[in-house]
Amino acid sequence: MMLLHAKHDLTMADAARGQGDTRLDHLLVAEMVEPGSRVLDVGCGDGELLKLLEWRGVDGRGIELSREGVNECVAKGLAVIQGDADTDLIDYPDDAFDYVILSQTLQATRKPRVVLEHMLRIGRHAVVSFPNFGHWKIRLEIMFGGRMPVTDNLPDSWYETPNIHFCTIKDFRQLCHLVGAKMEKAVALNAWGSPLRLNAPWWFWNLFGEQAVFLLSRRP
Amino acid sequence: MSETQLTANRDLSDRVSESEHPRSPVAQFGADRPLRLDAGIELSPFQIAYQTYGNLNKDRSNAVLICHALTGDQHAANVHPLTGKPGWWEIMIGPGQPIDTDRYFVICANVLGGCMGTTGPASINPKTGTSWGLEFPVITIRDMVRAQAMLIDHLGIDMLFAVAGGSMGGMQVLQWAATYPDRVFAALPVACATRHSAQNIAFHEVGRQAVMADPEWRHGRYQVEGTNPRRGLAVARMGAHITYLSDAALHRKFGRKFQDRTNPTFSFDADFEVESYLRHQGSSFVERFDANSYLYLTRAMDYFDLASDYDGVLASAFKGTKTRFCVTSFTSDWLFPTSESRDIVHALNAGGARVSFAEIVTDKGHDAFLLDEPEFHAIVRGFLQSAGAARGLAPSRD
Repeated sequence: MMLLHAKHDLTMADAARGQGDTRLDHLLVAEMVEPGSRVLDVGCGDGELLKLLEWRGVDGRGIELSREGVNECVAKGLAVIQGDADTDLIDYPDDAFDYVILSQTLQATRKPRVVLEHMLRIGRHAVVSFPNFGHWKIRLEIMFGGRMPVTDNLPDSWYETPNIHFCTIKDFRQLCHLVGAKMEKAVALNAWGSPLRLNAPWWFWNLFGEQAVFLLSRRP
Repeated sequence: MSETQLTANRDLSDRVSESEHPRSPVAQFGADRPLRLDAGIELSPFQIAYQTYGNLNKDRSNAVLICHALTGDQHAANVHPLTGKPGWWEIMIGPGQPIDTDRYFVICANVLGGCMGTTGPASINPKTGTSWGLEFPVITIRDMVRAQAMLIDHLGIDMLFAVAGGSMGGMQVLQWAATYPDRVFAALPVACATRHSAQNIAFHEVGRQAVMADPEWRHGRYQVEGTNPRRGLAVARMGAHITYLSDAALHRKFGRKFQDRTNPTFSFDADFEVESYLRHQGSSFVERFDANSYLYLTRAMDYFDLASDYDGVLASAFKGTKTRFCVTSFTSDWLFPTSESRDIVHALNAGGARVSFAEIVTDKGHDAFLLDEPEFHAIVRGFLQSAGAARGLAPSRD
């Protein structure tokens, strides 16, 4: 999993609150969510993003697969339940949330397409962040190393990684098209965690974006 | 009369007096305030015995109602008047404990049908002047909760900050949240289910048959006839107690160890430690519990099926609720397994409720909710603190 830490001199409001080590991808996700909305964070880990969202006045809920993560979240007072993105989203009614977030979890699901479809059913919007497997470093490693890439941000060997469905930014855009999702916003971050130029072409993002965050909505 | 018999009879008279004149505060509900039961009968007059800990704040917004389990009572965090033992949830309730009495006003009432001062089959039927026995109407979990709501009214509290309880107590928590959603800010149902399973009804039936097979039971008239179905109730308790533990916990605690001997006696004496332990559980239980109460309370649990009040759709029970829920279960609990807590969570999610759910890893079985489980306690503490902040309660001192 990626762990990009924002620098202390971040200008964003949450960083100014002393959350200096808040993950930049979390800040980006949080900025895509309207304050006061209802949010479901699928794969919420230790609840760091949920906590950030609650600071911003969001009514947040979480699902997390690992028992340790869940119990840590609940002890922090977060509304988190133990569950599996692949099997448990079906239990949520349509339009239950304003946003459903999948932060750095898409590549670890068994059926990413089904998960994305459920997210768009349960929420009016979906926010998805994921590591871009089309990044130039990864392409180089496969091309010249001939092996599955192991990088600072993806540190596990192929036989140990929980990530079973890597995709590129281009792949993800195609999936959005397939499930009828409308792309409202997209941000790609470079290796230093800074957003890439907004007017850059998609191929540029796909090559130089180390991770991406998409805000989607259901096509009417 | 032998000395043991004398002691036993003194214990019995203590217990009988506790059911009528308990060493607890009592709320009396006269003819003007009858309790309408699910069985279609009005119970009147009746009384509720309860205990409180901590202080009610001036907004009356910090009250926590504790619902006790089948064989529990109102003595959750004080020395028990009959056994002299600490309260059954002292590990949870007290100054600085997860249910912090420096912060919350904690109420625990003996349930309707109980035998520690709230009206039940051991109480005197005003019409006959003798104990109710089987004349007492069959009650339900909802009846218990209705009675508790009357107590809460009596204490001048509109909305409870939290309702918490395990097992049968958890059923009451769920019933509270479903029946009085506007009176429960936060709910903590622990190790419970929205309906009693066939297996659990079966265990209860074995217990009831053990009581009724005791010749001293006298069709429930033992108090009038001066007998006491000690053995039957003890056997019921022994059987039930096994279901509160787990194979792993029993093995860890007792294994196949012999009790005060090195070899089997080739008799039906309590050779094994586990036998001796169960016999002790049985005999100490009958000193503080009424056999008919046991029948009525197990029946109330059997009848519990929350969805049936909502056309079989559990989610309807919680639709649009503003109550915050924290559901917890224990991995080795086979009486109320995690799958049943998951059903609660699914229904709450479908109803759009704010719900947390945690499963605690332990080998201590169903009884784990009463024991030292630090992770469970951290969850209760964290959940209540966050709910308290949302309710505008002053934070605990840490």
